[in-house]
Amino acid sequence: MADFDQELDASGLNCPLPILRAKKALASLSSGQVLHIIATDPGAVKDFEAFAKQTGNELMEHKEEGGKFYFLMRKS
Amino acid sequence: MSEKKLAIIATKGTLDWAYPPFILASTAAALGYQVQVFFTFYGLQLLKKKPDLQVTSLGNPGMPMPMPMPVLLQALPGMQGMMTSMMKKKMKSKGVASVEELREMCLEADVKMVACQMTVDLFDMARGDFIEGIDYGGAATFFEFAGDSDICLYV
Repeated sequence: MADFDQELDASGLNCPLPILRAKKALASLSSGQVLHIIATDPGAVKDFEAFAKQTGNELMEHKEEGGKFYFLMRKS
Repeated sequence: MSEKKLAIIATKGTLDWAYPPFILASTAAALGYQVQVFFTFYGLQLLKKKPDLQVTSLGNPGMPMPMPMPVLLQALPGMQGMMTSMMKKKMKSKGVASVEELREMCLEADVKMVACQMTVDLFDMARGDFIEGIDYGGAATFFEFAGDSDICLYV
């Protein structure tokens, strides 16, 4: 995965906490910076896609590995 | 992108039904919605400083039980407390936020909470029973916001 500016480990957290924590973390970044999110909630994949679509932040990539979900999100 | 609006009426005061309004309100706020929640009747319990929310399987045959149990047994003293603590433990183990945590996130995200003044009076509750930072109003107050909302939910 590409470089990132901040990491958020939302492992073990369930809906809607990964989204709420990501929103908070993005607020501390400036436009163009990238947040790396780690989550274990399988619902997070669809939720982060929906979050990106509605907030304008770009979901650069996401992958699943060993039961964990990894996301890179660029702040709009 | 103009700000969308979500209006919710929260009418239930049990642990399980505390979740939909707070989850939807906090998530909508994170998505950029302007949100207002109107708490009326038993929903007022969700605004108490120290909410003592319980869950019961009585009248709720849909609740998953660890073992089949006749309704009369479910009604025994202590059962509700036991079910509540089991539910809370399960939620914690599954990484589900507590009601207080979600409520705090709503307040942080500027979700506007309005307590129904009529039901506050009806149940002889006092403003001191509730958390700070909320408003008090009636049906007209609700419609002032809800009339312009994009989504309006009754929970």
